[in-house]
Amino acid sequence: MQTDAQVRLEDVSFTYEEASSPAVSHATALIRPGEFVAVLGHNGSGKSTLAKLMNALYTPTEGNVVVCGYDTADEKLVWEIRRRAGMIFQNPDNQIVATVVREDVAFGLENLGVPTEEMIPRIDKALDAVRMTKYADSAPHTLSGGQKQRVAIAGILAMEPSVIIADEATAMLDPSGRLEVLDTIRMLNRAKGITVVWITHFMEEAALADRILVITDGEIKAEGTPAEIFDRVEEMQQMHLDVPPMTALADVLRKEGMPLRRGILTVEDFVQEVEKVLCPSKSAT
Amino acid sequence: MSIEVRHLTHCYSEGSAMRTVALDDVSLTIGDGEFIGIIGHTGSGKSTLVQHLNGLLKPSSGQILVNGQDLNGEHVNRRALRQQIGLVFQYPEYQLFEETVARDIAFGPKNQGLSQEEIDERVRYAMSCVHLDYEKYSERSPFELSGGQMRRVAIAGVLAMKPSVLILDEPTAGLDPRGRDRILSMLEELHARESTTIVMVSHSMDDMARLATRLIVMAEGKILATGTPREIFAQEEMMLSAGLGVPEAARLCRALRAAGYDLPGDLYRMEELKEHLLRLWSARKSGGKEAQPC
Repeated sequence: MQTDAQVRLEDVSFTYEEASSPAVSHATALIRPGEFVAVLGHNGSGKSTLAKLMNALYTPTEGNVVVCGYDTADEKLVWEIRRRAGMIFQNPDNQIVATVVREDVAFGLENLGVPTEEMIPRIDKALDAVRMTKYADSAPHTLSGGQKQRVAIAGILAMEPSVIIADEATAMLDPSGRLEVLDTIRMLNRAKGITVVWITHFMEEAALADRILVITDGEIKAEGTPAEIFDRVEEMQQMHLDVPPMTALADVLRKEGMPLRRGILTVEDFVQEVEKVLCPSKSAT
Repeated sequence: MSIEVRHLTHCYSEGSAMRTVALDDVSLTIGDGEFIGIIGHTGSGKSTLVQHLNGLLKPSSGQILVNGQDLNGEHVNRRALRQQIGLVFQYPEYQLFEETVARDIAFGPKNQGLSQEEIDERVRYAMSCVHLDYEKYSERSPFELSGGQMRRVAIAGVLAMKPSVLILDEPTAGLDPRGRDRILSMLEELHARESTTIVMVSHSMDDMARLATRLIVMAEGKILATGTPREIFAQEEMMLSAGLGVPEAARLCRALRAAGYDLPGDLYRMEELKEHLLRLWSARKSGGKEAQPC
């Protein structure tokens, strides 16, 4: 079981220098290969700190973080960890380093010392995977936010990672940009089996995950499938979080006596359930 | 206070090979007391437009009239006009710099040359508008606060100038649900109580559904559509073509209608959907045939 973990947090605590209380406190979690795990938490809940612990940007004050079998506390392993666990951040403009898309994607590979003849096919493959081949020779500043995030993802893909950790990667994007980044990541998760840790404030994005971790005040307070987590409407609101709009509507209607199934997350779920209640004969056929 | 935009065109990198037209012959009027939502995908021209409303950019051609006066006219007191129009940028908390919350908010009024007494009054007023307790927070460092609180301090800095028009570019981006809700209720109050004219740029259709009295949809430097949220959100294809979506409630309404249920075509608020679904449910229970597609 333990060897099966892609990311393992063992009673992890982390306190920032000069802070009086820990940002992450006794967190224990296991993320399995190929899983898509969403992390929810209010601003300041410790979820970004948790992400940085998974990428060896921080090392725990107490406990252990093990990524792909490597303990992040071992300084010698930092590069082994980062090539396997790539991270995408919120602001697309802060993670582009080169003046041409292709060179930006090459950046990580250059740092790893990959020979040029091997780099070219890896870059081409990575750009193809995020559907940005057309822009290989463009200047990054001419791209949209969603396109820049996809270039950042390509930079990580070129390193052939096992895990991608995204810290609010869609927060600064418009609706179509959000969708294109989310679609790209879901496709990589399903088609290439890359494990995804998806930190977000958007409940409808979390609803697409295999599993959700909820963090409040540095502690992992809940975990479960989206249907399980979002069923706890009051509890989520107490933690300053939300539930997807359709889950909230179903909850209100249930309280008015309408017998809707629990665990409704999307418009499609909702329509199906309404059919069962309003038109049983139609939905039975 | 009204703002009239007449045939506004704006080109970046004019005269070079990189020339791009960000706004193309845009005309619109913002009436006193409106709550306008501007929506459009990245690069549609909405940020360029709001910067013009505050005189931060000069038009390549066209005019911006504030209460009938040309903001870029020769014999106009630009400074006085611009002071009436407060602009809150994206992620405004990055621009906080003072040692205390009160001093940061006082920066604008101080530059206006107001008396100390008036400045203090403005700081208290602005903090109450953004729901930050004066006694508790005025002497705190803004950098010790949460992201949502920092943003409210930054907005208070603009409100302390007592603008007649408040323009906000993505005021809820990156905030958690509670932080977002606080900002939205604060804007709702400002609009209702102080009759401040508000222009908000947002990617969140749900925020727009809650607050805006009128929406302006931008695409490729032009106004694609304008109307009440009800009118705009009933046009899902148009919104999708502009790279946008509609609120979840509007999507549900469309999906249920497509499945044959008797619902008006222009619902976009959750409360409306709730009422209509309960109506269908009670009709079903009483065995009536009303509204049954089956």
